[in-house]
Amino acid sequence: MEHVATAPHTDHAHLHEEELGFLRNYIFSVDHKVIGIQYGITSLLFLLFGFSLMMVMRWQLAYPGQPIPYIGEWFGEMNAPGGIMLPEFYNQLGAMHGTIMVFLGVVPLAVGAFGNYLVPLMVGAPDMAFPKLNATSYWSYFVGGVVMLASFFIPGGAANSGWTSYAPLSVIATAGQTYWLIGMVFLITSSLLGSMNIIVTIIQLRAKGLTFMRLPFFVWAQLVTSFLLLLAFPPLEAAGILQLMDRLAGTSFFMPSGLIVSGVPMENSGGGSVLLWQHLFWFLAHPEVYVLILPAMGIVAEIIANNTRKPLWGYRSLVYATVFLGFMSFIVWAHHMFLTGMGTTISTFFQTTTMIISIPSVIILTALIISLWGGSIRFSVPMLFALAFLPMFGIGGLTGLPLGLAPTDIHLHDTYYVIGHFHYVVAPGTLFALFAGIYFWYPKVVGRSMNSTLGKIHFWGSFVSINFIFMPMFIQGLAGVSRRLYDGGAQYTHAQGVLYLNEVMSVAAWTLGLFQIPFIFNFFWSIWKGKKAADNPWESTTLEWQTPTPPGHGNFLKEPVVVRGPYEYSLPGASKDFSPQSES
Amino acid sequence: MQIPYNAVERPDTGLYNAKLGIWLFLASEVMLFGALFSSLVLLRVNATTWPHGWEILNVPLATVNTIVLISSSVTMVMSWASLLEKNFAKFRRYLGGTILFAFVFLVIKAFEYGAKFEHGLLPSTSNFFATYFTMTGLHGLHVIGGIIVNIYLWGPGSKMWTTDPARFINRIEVAGLYWHFVDLVWIFLFPILYLL
Ligand code: HEM
Ligand SMILES: [Cu+2]
Repeated sequence: MEHVATAPHTDHAHLHEEELGFLRNYIFSVDHKVIGIQYGITSLLFLLFGFSLMMVMRWQLAYPGQPIPYIGEWFGEMNAPGGIMLPEFYNQLGAMHGTIMVFLGVVPLAVGAFGNYLVPLMVGAPDMAFPKLNATSYWSYFVGGVVMLASFFIPGGAANSGWTSYAPLSVIATAGQTYWLIGMVFLITSSLLGSMNIIVTIIQLRAKGLTFMRLPFFVWAQLVTSFLLLLAFPPLEAAGILQLMDRLAGTSFFMPSGLIVSGVPMENSGGGSVLLWQHLFWFLAHPEVYVLILPAMGIVAEIIANNTRKPLWGYRSLVYATVFLGFMSFIVWAHHMFLTGMGTTISTFFQTTTMIISIPSVIILTALIISLWGGSIRFSVPMLFALAFLPMFGIGGLTGLPLGLAPTDIHLHDTYYVIGHFHYVVAPGTLFALFAGIYFWYPKVVGRSMNSTLGKIHFWGSFVSINFIFMPMFIQGLAGVSRRLYDGGAQYTHAQGVLYLNEVMSVAAWTLGLFQIPFIFNFFWSIWKGKKAADNPWESTTLEWQTPTPPGHGNFLKEPVVVRGPYEYSLPGASKDFSPQSES
Repeated sequence: MQIPYNAVERPDTGLYNAKLGIWLFLASEVMLFGALFSSLVLLRVNATTWPHGWEILNVPLATVNTIVLISSSVTMVMSWASLLEKNFAKFRRYLGGTILFAFVFLVIKAFEYGAKFEHGLLPSTSNFFATYFTMTGLHGLHVIGGIIVNIYLWGPGSKMWTTDPARFINRIEVAGLYWHFVDLVWIFLFPILYLL
């Protein structure tokens, strides 16, 4: 009956597909693959932009007060008179680096691009469950990004209260903060539509025979991630609405009584709570770190299974650990607030939950490492990035433990140690996994493979330089150097001994920038000149490789029927060392 | 290309796509309003003074509005039930009733707001009014969203009744679930803001 009902309409659409024209096929398309590519390109541009902001900031940190060479004049007299960066401008760049990297770069790439492109293929579906909502999600993200970028050009510049936007500073900040809040509303809407879509697609559109325990781990990671996005973002939206009211309607949700700014008493009615903002913010922002890491783990798992030519070790434990981690991530948020004076009872609770949540993370990492055992490993470019992910994420995770325990956090809070810790997780951790994913699935998307010599240059250059950026941060942080310092600590006596590291880190950051050039070149060059790829170039088992390359509208030539689990590599008695999920 | 389970339920999950979608959406809405209600509680508990709603808000008007909104939910269910009976004219009457009630709700709300503004009572007056205006305002936006969806389903969207009736019934059911949620939020707002 379902067929009878809508068939005329769809067939019509199908016939006229070619005639839809460039706009409908490539710009306002509702095909999940086109939307995935749109998400991918946009988010990669934002990643590059957010990284460029940091490369400029690193000049100021290494050589405080000296004019920025070559490009100093671009920023205008308002921001960098004579090419010398003003503190206000540093704060804008810092806040926007964080915001852009997290909300416009990594999440849209990990969920918007990888999730969109791969989830329907991996579950054997013709598209996402709600294609139009999917397109709306991308365009909402796009508008949010434009609003954020536009804020650089208004009087007072972009938001400058950190990516955390702590009140009351953010409430009395310049107009850029209003742009930030409005931009966030668009981004939250986008992620709401996207996550609903992914969840419904996974639950409703799985192919015949694809039971939950036959889903590739990547799909599980996307499922849990989507639940986190769905349920953790709304409280930030609520907080954003309240902050907008504070800024535009003069309310006092986050404005305490008796606040005096630069000697002038504020005229608000008062009675608000600054801690309320922090609670609402971190209620999102802690689950958000799992949003940053889970899709990365999913990608790494796929690539490890494929390149070791054997099943993942402990698939079930991986799945259960991920689901448990998703639940727990909602009750650890206040470990970011040990120093706010919220009280020892609350601190004890959150420090306990934080220690508990580290268990599933360790399980996941251990399972991935054990998966390498006894494999005949193919050291392809994606595999190199995936292998590097393991120790890098390990360092990031282990350095997090002292931050989760209140007594040690008192010393480390708000120092460069924290910056080092979470960057190990998100930069050589998540970003490397995302690079791995790009090299791995590029042949399916484009029909040609990326060049592996350039890939190896990209990998080794990035791997070495990125450690020279983030490792010294632990040393500086342990010496007590605070984050968000405009001069990198030059004015503090206690920082003098570790000040020389600023130059090391900055040079490493620019070197890292240079080593992205082979990647960018490779990315575009391979579209036309890369080696032609077969449908299943990595000899993989999962469903996305059982499609034509690149997959057409509707994805599969015939409806796939799944007969086995996702990682049936090197089955005893099989004719080849991989047995695709849909091959009987 | 054809997306499965738009009109019929998937046997092993017992759901059609939009139904799962709307439940997920409502879950996120629960988190949104949950965060706002929690904020309200936190602000109130820490406040030195906090008026009783019934001292300064118009309880009789809000009571009328509660009845109006509950009635609109009833007509919403009736419109869905009419479709199950295959009675399209009756469906339109009931859905029209829902839309009408929603407008009445907004008009009454506008009177309430107007009266407060006239007395110089603004969101910036105190945190009581800040929460009152923010939460009822956000609820009002949800009512407006519901009106737009329902007008679409009453008018141009109802063409689907002839092309794909099963899917159209699903749409009305989904719109109804959303509408009941909007109603439910008010059922919480009314006592918490007006009666406590
Ligand atoms: C790979 C190149 C990157 C470099 C060299 C870098 C460098 C830095 C540095 C030095 C800071 C501290 C600035 C300060 O405290 O004044 C910082 C802050 C931050 N970074 Fe990165 N970062 C990189 C990538 C990323 C990525 C991939 C993410 C997120 C996914 C990210 C998220 C953040 C956040 C949230 C902050 C805090 C901003 C704030 O203080 O409000 N960064 N970054
Ligand atoms: Cu956290």
